[in-house]
Amino acid sequence: MDGKVVDTESIRKYYERLKADNIARGYYLNPDDEFTLDLIEGLLVNEKRYGYPACPCRLAKGSREKDLDIICPCDYRDGDLIDYGMCYCALYVSKKIINGEQKIGPIPDRRKEDVVRSKMEDEKCEKLKLSHPVLRCKVCGYLCAREEAPETCPICGADKDRFELFI
Amino acid sequence: MAYKDHIIQEGKESTETVMLYTLSTCIWCRKTKKLLTELELGYSYVDVDLLEEDDQGEVMSEVEKHNPTSSFPTLVINDGEKVILGFEEAEIRDLK
Repeated sequence: MDGKVVDTESIRKYYERLKADNIARGYYLNPDDEFTLDLIEGLLVNEKRYGYPACPCRLAKGSREKDLDIICPCDYRDGDLIDYGMCYCALYVSKKIINGEQKIGPIPDRRKEDVVRSKMEDEKCEKLKLSHPVLRCKVCGYLCAREEAPETCPICGADKDRFELFI
Repeated sequence: MAYKDHIIQEGKESTETVMLYTLSTCIWCRKTKKLLTELELGYSYVDVDLLEEDDQGEVMSEVEKHNPTSSFPTLVINDGEKVILGFEEAEIRDLK
């Protein structure tokens, strides 16, 4: 594969940073070092190729706008952690997996299902009269009531464009 | 179809056609390739992320026929006689 464009040192550094960030935020990375380093290599290949770390296990379109939901951590991580104890590519896992109470295995991609569901929710949602719009980080669920989303999510560090209008 | 020029044959060809659709960056795809090699099952594969946009479109409509969620890896035996989605180790071992 063309993964050789990313050197081992960069992969290791990214891993260490991700691990430290996630411990602070209450998320767990896959404890299998070899597996996780391979995954990160895929992320870094995508970062070089597209300019952002798209999920290595999904086909990216190559435009940030179209791939926004699959930029790691993807919009589906938290839902998958709840339902399956792991995210789609298994970079993030639950405490149960860390403790060996649950096993890692292939899980369905909820991406397509979510697109259909969110359209239905949009139609149902009625606008309330609020002094400020409520914005939601699609990565971690953080809510804030302000005119514009923050540059960076103060909870998970996701970029501004990962926010949606919630109410 | 143009993408067919990018299909790579691994191992010996057999009477069964084993077609694997993968992403070069995907760890589960790599595990699937490794397992097929370990089982000495000949297979063809195409890394969809490395194709040009037009070829990607062509190959994805092919993948969708067998797997409407178009996820990777998608393993297609004898043009749809059997389809295995994801690294389902036990199912892949059963092919042997």
